[in-house]
Order: sequence, then C-alpha cells, then structure tokens
Amino acid sequence: MRLKNWDELPVGVKILEPGNSEEYKTGSWRVNRPIFEAEKCIQCLFCWVFCPDSAILLKDGKVVGIDYDHCKGCGICAHECPDKANALTMVPEHDKQ
Amino acid sequence: MTNNKPHNNGEQRVVALTGNEAVAEAMRQIDPDVVAAYPITPQTELMHAFADSVANGKVSTEFVLVESEHSAMSATVGASAAGARAMTATSSQGLALMWEVVQIASSLRLPIVMPVVNRSLSGPINIHCDHSDTMGCRDSGWIQIFSENSQEAYDHTLIALRVAEHPKVLLPVMVTLDGFIISHTMERLEILDDEVVKRFIGEYHPDHPLLDTRNPVTVGPLDLQDYYFEHKWQEAEAQLAAAELIPSLLKEFAAVSCREYDVIEEFEMDDAEMAIVVLGSTAGTTKNVVEELRREGKKVGMVKIRVYRPFPAREIARALTKVKVVAVLDRSIAFGSAGGPVFDEVRSAFFGSGVSPTEVKIVNYLYGLGGRDVKHSDIKSVYNELAALLHEGTSNGVVRYLGLRAPKKEQIALELEEHQ
Amino acid sequence: MNQETETHVEQDLLEVRWHGRGGQGVKTAAMLFAETAIEEGKHGQGSPEYGPERMGAPTKGYTRISSRPILSHSSITEPDIVIVLDPTLLENPDVTEGIPNDGILIVNTNKSPAEIRKEIRLGRGKVFTVNGTQIALDTLGKAIPNTVMLGALIRISNVFDLATMEKNIVKKFTKKYNERIADMNVRAIRRAYEEVQSE
Repeated sequence: MRLKNWDELPVGVKILEPGNSEEYKTGSWRVNRPIFEAEKCIQCLFCWVFCPDSAILLKDGKVVGIDYDHCKGCGICAHECPDKANALTMVPEHDKQ
Repeated sequence: MTNNKPHNNGEQRVVALTGNEAVAEAMRQIDPDVVAAYPITPQTELMHAFADSVANGKVSTEFVLVESEHSAMSATVGASAAGARAMTATSSQGLALMWEVVQIASSLRLPIVMPVVNRSLSGPINIHCDHSDTMGCRDSGWIQIFSENSQEAYDHTLIALRVAEHPKVLLPVMVTLDGFIISHTMERLEILDDEVVKRFIGEYHPDHPLLDTRNPVTVGPLDLQDYYFEHKWQEAEAQLAAAELIPSLLKEFAAVSCREYDVIEEFEMDDAEMAIVVLGSTAGTTKNVVEELRREGKKVGMVKIRVYRPFPAREIARALTKVKVVAVLDRSIAFGSAGGPVFDEVRSAFFGSGVSPTEVKIVNYLYGLGGRDVKHSDIKSVYNELAALLHEGTSNGVVRYLGLRAPKKEQIALELEEHQ
Repeated sequence: MNQETETHVEQDLLEVRWHGRGGQGVKTAAMLFAETAIEEGKHGQGSPEYGPERMGAPTKGYTRISSRPILSHSSITEPDIVIVLDPTLLENPDVTEGIPNDGILIVNTNKSPAEIRKEIRLGRGKVFTVNGTQIALDTLGKAIPNTVMLGALIRISNVFDLATMEKNIVKKFTKKYNERIADMNVRAIRRAYEEVQSE
C-alpha cells in the first residue's frame, strides 16, 4: 500500500474510518497461542469477557474459537477458563505444525 | 473622533472599558459553548467579567472551573474536539503550564480562540507586562495576533474566531493584550451590535466532531516514523493558508466595523528614513513620538506587527526596504540568540526581498521587561540613535537594552558585524 | 510629554495622578473620571497602579483626558494635576514628583492651601484644598473621599461641568447601588465643588 502524501491526509490527524484498528493484525506478535477445545467448553464466556483484544469468537452467543489474526497470546483466556472446563490451553506458537 | 458617534451609522456603542472587560464583552457576544477557566493575574478580571455574564444568564456557555491551566487547555481541547466552540484565557505561567497541551490544540487543528494577557515569565516572579509568554509559544502552531489597545483586543477576539474556524485554516489563535497596561486600563472603544457580531462570526460547523456518533472518528492517535512528518507539514501549510486568508477576513471585519486592519500597520512610513518596528501597547506611545518628531521635520515612521504568526515577512520587507535605518523593539529576550525574537525574524524577512540586510541598518532594542515603563523619552532616544546611525554608518546588528541600568551606557557589546 | 515643545494644554491633553491608600477608592476615582469623559464624547484613559499593596498601603491612579484619541500608554511622569486623597501621604516625596511649574496640587485636608504649601515646602504650582473627609462623613456617612474629590477636580480642571458629572454619577450609582446612594454622592460632589479653596 502506497504511503500517502501530506495533502492526502485528513485534517488534524483524525482517523476517519471507525474501528479500523481491526485492520492492524497483531497476531504476528504471538509467542504462545491458545488452543480451544469446544467439547470441554461450558460456555461461561469468562474468556470472552477478559480477552483484552476481543479475540474470542462468538457465534449466536456461544464461544466458537479464537481470532488468530489479533490474538497476541497473552494467556489470560486460558488462565480465566474455570478448572472444571479447562477448554483453553496455551501452546508454543511454533508447535502448531 | 470628537463626539460620541461611532463610525458606522450608530450600529456601534461607544463605551469605556478596560482591556479585560472589552475581551469579556467580545466573549459574551460570541457566546461560546464551553469556556474553561483558571485565574492568573492579570487575566483574572477577564474571567470575572465573563463569569458575570454566565451567572446573569447572558450567555449559555458551559463554564468549567478547572484546577490548573493544564486542565484548562485540556478541557478546551476536549470540548473543541467534541464539536463545541471552546475558549479559555491565560497569562505567563499559566500559558507555560499549558505548554504541553497548547501543541496538541494546534496539531489537532482545533479552532480555539484564547486571549493571552501578556505577562512576563518567571523567574523572578513578576506580574507585569512583557511578551515572553506568547513569544515562548511562537513555534507552537498557534496563530498570534497582538493588540495595541482595548479596541483592538475586542476586535481581534472576534476576528480570531473567523480565522480559526476557516475551513482552510483550522488552527487555534492567541489574541494578546498587554498586562495591566491594556488589561486594567480603561479606554474608549466602540462595541458592535450583538446581531452584527452574530452575523460576522456565523455558525460553527465543526470538522468531524467526536459527538457525531453516527460518524465515529479517532482523535489524537499515535503516529510513527512513516506519517508524523507529513502530519506536521500539513499543520505548517495551514499557517501559510492563514497568511493568504487573514487579509480578506480583516477586510470583512472592516466592512462591519469601519476599522481597517492589515497584518502590519504602517504609521508615517511613506517617506520615512528611520523606522521602529514594535508590537503591542508601545506602538501607541511610539505613534505619539512619531507625531511629535514629524512636527519637527524628522522623517520617522513606525511599523506595528499585528499578526505575528504567521509572520508577515513579505509585508515587513516591503514596508522596511525603503528605509535606511530600523530599530526593532523586543519586549522579550530570546536567550542564547542575539537579541529578541522579533529582531531575528525581521532581519530574516530581508532575505529574498531583493534588499540585502546589510543595506538597511537594523538594530535591536530589548525593552519593557517585567512591566518596565516605556517613556516617550525612551522612544525618542531610539530615534535619536537611529539618526546618528543614519549619518555615521556604523553599528550594524547591535543589540541594546532600553532603560536598563548597566555599567556601560545601557549598551551591551554585542557587535555582530564589524564592517559594512 | 516633552515640555520643551508643547504644553499639555496645547496638546489638548490633561494628565492627572491620584494618591491614596488602598481602600480609599483611588482606582474607582481614576477610572470614573476617565469613564465620564468618554461617555461625554471625549477620550479618556484611566488606570490604577498595581503592586503588592494591600488595604492601607499607599497607591496611585492615573487619568488622561483629551478630545483627541489617546495613543500613549506610558506612565504619567509630569501630571498637570495631582490629587491626594489622604493627607498623611504628603510626607512621601513622590506625591509632588513631576509636578510642573504650572501644575496643580489638590489635597484632601482641613488645612488651608497656604498651610499645606508651607508644610511640604512646595515652591511651584498652585495648591488647592478641600475637606473631603468631612464632606464625605456629612453626606455619605463614611470617610471615603474619592467621589468627593471629583467635585474639586471638576471645579479646577473644567474638563466638563458639574451638571454633567452629577448626571453621570446618578446614572452609574443608581444602577450599581440605588437612588439614595446616588443622591448622597451628588450632594458630596456639589459640596466639594463649592467648598474647594484656592490660595
């Protein structure tokens, strides 16, 4: 993507597209990634509440997976997932293959 | 003017007000959405007078009492970004405390108008007039308009709003008035009719305000190495746009007020051989001295800078290149530089003008610091020294102090150019 | 202004310096005189002097009046008229500083002009006195002599007539306070106008 000239920029350093932080993919920052096991999930939604990057995916109000484009691998979801469920496990990123 | 009839068919009222009261009256007529207030001498009475208007229901302003000037500017920035017409006012240390947020106001391109009642920067602590406060902000990206008297302080506050809000400008504007000398001195001035002011300042249409929740935007984001420079250049270009547009806005104001202003004011300059360049209230005193010396047949004149930022280099060069000797009066010191800020910039203005700075002899006088009185005899002594310079042809680029007690004839030995 | 070229009269400029103690109304008097001039179609400039003063400390005020626009913002160094609201200030040498040979000194005191001249050893100018404090006590019930002294000032300076000053006082004081107080001040000014003594 070509970088814009000064006269092509919005006035006053405003960012005019709402919510465009979504375009900035922070998934590459990960060193560890969470693995979600749906059959263990009790749908308490703690992981979704606590994730600082809104990277827990919901469908029809139920947790279905992780947004790996934005998940930074902080491990808070796995930490908050109740012991009786244990549906989220952190694994090193390079193990994924 | 020898009677009470104002210039334009009675659409103005003649009143007696101090500078602070005059600006507060302009603010009442503007009726800003938000004013953040924190007191500091000599601005305090300005806010008192405006607070009166708030308390008596003469304005519908949201008057926010904050706990410091840093907060005052922060609140003003927030309100302006939200889409409000927002103002505040300060002096000296208050402006210094706001410094961090002052830069933000201009980089966010917020059309804030802020009266600054010029007071010296500490230390030592001094509550009286000099220009060190606003000069300290001359690179902040704000537009700066200097007032000679109460009339100009009032007029400039209204003009400033039009300059700030112009869609090609969108920069905050400082309107200055000399502390105590103008702010606390009662003078005669003409006030425009409320309706005339309303028509002149018009409706404010903010650019992408935060409160427009149907079109959400981000204000004040992070910039990295790839975009910061372009954003700052855009801000610099806005000052250039202002330089182009301010003269026409001044003409618009002239049409409703019958007071014609330009970015500089030339007084008796047509055939002047010697000229003083000055800002603020001292310009009035200088005009009196020019009148007196002209009656004696001396060819003297004065150039007053009204709009200091954007700096009117072209106009200054045009006004001064016909003159043989120039004294630039600075009411603040640019420490570590030779002399004062106005001196530096006036000299620079000659480059590219076609006249070499060494053809016109330019000297600098630092004066009036900490409210030191500027007497008629002081200004006269400047013209006398210019007359000597005219005929003897030495001492180019010298920096002098006017009215300073110093061992060597009030002159510091800072000869920058020893040869012609 | 330069005394070698023109006098203030020729320049159509009246410069007044006021002396008083903080709380005696020096600022109000200096500004009120300018304000009245402006409302009567002249040009005026009124300013108080600011320092670390508190109530009771010596303070000054300045007024310029002219029928032409007043451009100068320098302080007044050669006042045409000096008014002293508090006679205890006469000990200060700056009270008479800068008074030119044709200058005027007006003092609030129960002494005569000759006595005052002798007391301060003033060799030049004209001296006038008026018992402003007593008049204030009689008419206003308070020992605040500032508006009273305006009556003496008008008589001597002839900048505008008494009726004009009274009209302005009535307008201003009725609005700021009430009719009764406005009346009292008018009586105070009138008495000073009539009772000021010359040498």
